[in-house]
Amino acid sequence: MQELITRAKELLSLGMVSRVLGWRAGDLSYNPEPAFFEKEEELGKLVYDGFCGANLSKYMIEASALPGKTLVFLKPCDTYSFNQLIKEHRVDREKAYVIGVGCRGKLDIEKIKAQGIKGITSVSDTGLNGEDEIKIQTIYGEKTCTYNSALLSRCHVCKGKEHKIYDELMGESRETKDAERFDEVKTIEAMSSEERFAFFQKELSKCIRCNACRNVCPACSCRKCVFDSTKFDSAQKANVDSFEEKMFHIIRAFHVAGRCTDCGECSRVCPQGIPLHLFNRKFIKDIDEFYGEFQAGEDIETKGPLTSYTFEDVEPGIVKERG
Amino acid sequence: MQIKEKGEWKPKIVAFCCNWCSYAGADLAGSSRLSYPADVKIIRVPCSCRVNPMFILRAFERGADGVILCGCHPGDCHYSTGNFYARRRMTLLFSMLNYLGIENGRTRVEWVSAAEGAKFSQTMNEFVEKIYSLGENVRLGDLRCKN
Ligand code: SF4
Ligand code: SF4
Ligand code: SF4
Repeated sequence: MQELITRAKELLSLGMVSRVLGWRAGDLSYNPEPAFFEKEEELGKLVYDGFCGANLSKYMIEASALPGKTLVFLKPCDTYSFNQLIKEHRVDREKAYVIGVGCRGKLDIEKIKAQGIKGITSVSDTGLNGEDEIKIQTIYGEKTCTYNSALLSRCHVCKGKEHKIYDELMGESRETKDAERFDEVKTIEAMSSEERFAFFQKELSKCIRCNACRNVCPACSCRKCVFDSTKFDSAQKANVDSFEEKMFHIIRAFHVAGRCTDCGECSRVCPQGIPLHLFNRKFIKDIDEFYGEFQAGEDIETKGPLTSYTFEDVEPGIVKERG
Repeated sequence: MQIKEKGEWKPKIVAFCCNWCSYAGADLAGSSRLSYPADVKIIRVPCSCRVNPMFILRAFERGADGVILCGCHPGDCHYSTGNFYARRRMTLLFSMLNYLGIENGRTRVEWVSAAEGAKFSQTMNEFVEKIYSLGENVRLGDLRCKN
């Protein structure tokens, strides 16, 4: 963390960047939030710990409109989103100075709570060089758990610790992948149609339409969103009928299909704990199977699967044939 | 199948037909006196790729029991490539609906040219029969829009 601050101060004082986009302590110690820093003095507040899951690439859209360069810290998975945004002309590569930061997986406070640890006040030792065991201060005294047992689910299927775009790299990464990305989707596919319907009905009925998943998503960067339209009765509101939940999720997933990098932010921020990645990964899996493997954000040139076609593409009837 | 007071349940079927091929195909079916069930309501669109996934969901919301999209054969699109994009979109959308547990067979894509009046009528007859066998759409409907 200190080396990040030192380097950011250096770049600011050299005038190479006009501001720094990073994380600072939030209202809760385990809830750091994205922040812009414009002065060297402010940089003391910069944090980079195990809870900095927030993907900063989307904030580069607004930073691209500001004068001068912005120093941005991106984790390996965030660089995919940044590439995708460059491809979509939403961010300006020239306006960014990217420092690829190492990652040992990011933490999910809910996973710690699920281990029976209650009344948490703070969590220490979650930095890049921290121990395998983390210390949790609670109102009932100090508790511990292993770093790995508290990882965000996305980190178990991490796409890898290679930064896809950067100007310089800082910090060591550690391997976290210990599961296959499409396993959950496959489990659902193996269920009967009735079971699948019941499963999604149960999950989606929790949705309160807070729109957090859309707001955080780097692929959801349209200036005007269909879910804000008041003419379409699809604007933000609590769901009255189960249809609305389904429509919101199908359409949102569809709108990011072929562009979603599977950064996992939607699932991370959902206050209701809905496994939103199940939608995106289904699209990704289908795209891989039907049109060849494709990873959004891998580079900035390849055409997306929904903006290209071949004469021999499968017919929609395949869905029925596959059952 | 649900029996309503007014009588037997009749499916509502929405057919999106592209202006240049399939709508003309439907016309030909009519002028050749080939019949297709009156349950099918045709909505003309400029091209099959005009059909946004939201149109299909909306149709279900408002009480459709089946939705079929018809366009020019791949390679024959009036706008050259529209149906290629539609094909990919619909494949992914149908797969997603299936994944969510919406019965397979409530959605279909068929390529019908302006010369294929017979194919149009046959496709519609088949599709309506399929929807009769699936019964009323309850999984993807909006209760408030019923009746
Ligand atoms: S997905 Fe990978 S790169 Fe992203 S936060 Fe998790 S471990 Fe780090
Ligand atoms: S973040 Fe969760 S609760 Fe909020 S709109 Fe998205 S799915 Fe619904
Ligand atoms: S849909 Fe979710 S996983 Fe995909 S890009 Fe958006 S936030 Fe990331």
